[in-house]
Amino acid sequence: MSVVPVVVFACGNPSRGDDALGPLLLDQLQIWLDEEGLADGFELISDFQWQVEHALDLVGRRLALFVDAGQQTPAPFAFRPVQARDSTITGTHALSPEAVLSVLARISQQPVPPAFVLCVAGASFELGDGLSAAAARNADCAFELLKNLCRVSRFDAWQVKVSDQEAEGAPSPQA
Amino acid sequence: MDSMPFALETAAADSSTLRRVAIDPLSRVEGHGKVTLLLGEDDQVQQVRLHIVEFRGFEKFIQGRPYWEVPVMVQRLCGICPVSHHVAAAKALDHVVGADRLTASAEKLRRLMHYGQILQSHALHFFHLSSPDLLFGFDSEPGRRNIVGVAAAYPDVARQGVLLRKFGQEVIRLTAGKRVHGTGAIPGGVNRALTRDERDELLAEIYTIIGWSRQAVQLVKRLHAANPELYDRFGTCRSNILSLIGVDGTLDFYDGHLRARDADGSIIVDGLAVENYHQLIHEEVKPWSYMKFPFLAALGPQQGWYKVGPLARVQNCNSIPTPLAEAERREFIDHGQGKLIHAPLAYHWARMIEMLLAAEMIKDLLHDDDLSGTELTTGGTRHHEGVGVIEAPRGTLIHHYRVDDDDLVTTCNLIVSTTHNNQPMNEAIRRVALRYLNGRQLSEGVLNHIEVAIRAFDPCLSCATHALGKMPLQVELQDAAGQVLQRLRTVP
Repeated sequence: MSVVPVVVFACGNPSRGDDALGPLLLDQLQIWLDEEGLADGFELISDFQWQVEHALDLVGRRLALFVDAGQQTPAPFAFRPVQARDSTITGTHALSPEAVLSVLARISQQPVPPAFVLCVAGASFELGDGLSAAAARNADCAFELLKNLCRVSRFDAWQVKVSDQEAEGAPSPQA
Repeated sequence: MDSMPFALETAAADSSTLRRVAIDPLSRVEGHGKVTLLLGEDDQVQQVRLHIVEFRGFEKFIQGRPYWEVPVMVQRLCGICPVSHHVAAAKALDHVVGADRLTASAEKLRRLMHYGQILQSHALHFFHLSSPDLLFGFDSEPGRRNIVGVAAAYPDVARQGVLLRKFGQEVIRLTAGKRVHGTGAIPGGVNRALTRDERDELLAEIYTIIGWSRQAVQLVKRLHAANPELYDRFGTCRSNILSLIGVDGTLDFYDGHLRARDADGSIIVDGLAVENYHQLIHEEVKPWSYMKFPFLAALGPQQGWYKVGPLARVQNCNSIPTPLAEAERREFIDHGQGKLIHAPLAYHWARMIEMLLAAEMIKDLLHDDDLSGTELTTGGTRHHEGVGVIEAPRGTLIHHYRVDDDDLVTTCNLIVSTTHNNQPMNEAIRRVALRYLNGRQLSEGVLNHIEVAIRAFDPCLSCATHALGKMPLQVELQDAAGQVLQRLRTVP
């Protein structure tokens, strides 16, 4: 069975305020991919946290994207390339995207795919809270980027988006 | 029972001569925890406390919801053990729908899901969180002390850890319906069975999983044998133990009655029905900690604190119901030479025995055609109250609900595994602090000894939030007034 070329991971808890940003964006993306007839090219994986087994979900991919909420992220989001990094220290039971990539590099002979992080600014992470108004606005901006990334899912095209964001500086319409 | 360390809990602080050291938050411990070390002149330890910022909003989060939503919603309490909460809630609500005895298929499918959770959680803890300390040493270079470092030095160990975890997650996916946010367990039973193909898919891997689990037990035994002085004495604190026990006296993660032993191994309480847990356990509040301190009511707070989890379970039962794990349990018990083993580092050995048990139980269940049965739910006379108790990976997990005539939850009480182990973790780090910190200059390696003792208990601090950048690790040196004197490390 052939491997779907692009994997999009999201992590977060749907019931912890803005921590829901990743899963919500992934749900929204799935609907849009279905409507656009693009769903076959993408596998979407949502979880509470990134873990060691997610390294196995990277095998055979052409591109990988990690979507998460960020606490100190400049609004509306940060989009950047990410690479395996051996020195990454695990903060808790969960792994950083760098560590997930590094685990793959260490446990298999498979090449690590080019990967990017989309970190959407959140503000409140309390259990039982819904998405904050600011996070909802940031999610709208992030979703526009997600759609563009999925329309042209090539490494060079994603790099251009990184450059575009860097050229724009750190926009902060919603703190 | 030891009483000496309480002095380190309550020591008065003279701000003119004391320094306060905070490890905040703990690395590789889920959620948010902080250790404060109050040091006197010449770095002598004066006071040691583990503060866990336990979120007490669980009950509020659940109250007012229809009871049938609860097994799904409680998974959002914790990103690390969602399946444990899922199963415990469903068990409690079985009583509400009058399902005092599930169908054979439903119970076996729930057990399979639960064993998958035990296996993946124990694999994650040992291979990912603890093996870096155990394989490289507590003082080793911090940047190497993680799963990536293990993968570099011990690629087979790291690979097996990942694949064990992956297998457990796959068991959960097939029984719960989804990799996360599953809905498999419902009040009165389950909502899906396994097909023959799904069972065959898991059976194709289970013998490899059992083999790797056996190797993991051997690895942890070799670590013990290589340095028995360290493994038998590091942070050791004698206490009572508590766990669920199967009806035939065997170790049972899913069902049974409550049994407690004292520090010498004598049975204090046995055969207590889980719905009477409140007769056995009371909780103490201390002014310096958000987390409660449970104790056996009959013994009081000073003498009644206890350990839960693998170290307690393996020694509290009469036997283990699978042959390979039972053989390992006997060897473990023999290691104690007739006495209960209280060493925190022995948690790892017991945990790997339990991982082997879970793998063997999964194998047995996969050969059972009841997993593909069609009678998945049952019911009976409605009740307004239910208690569900399971042995979660980290220890005894209690869910207690009351439901009104409108099917809404009016009362919710949860006692999670980490809360049971609050006092033992505090005691363990006090001993480690006295042994390793007194008179020494502070260093990351020395402070890591404190964290090693805490990690042995595998605390889960109920935090499913993990936004990027949310959990930096900081170690700060403060004076007694809280003024930061030195920032020892910050991890991005």
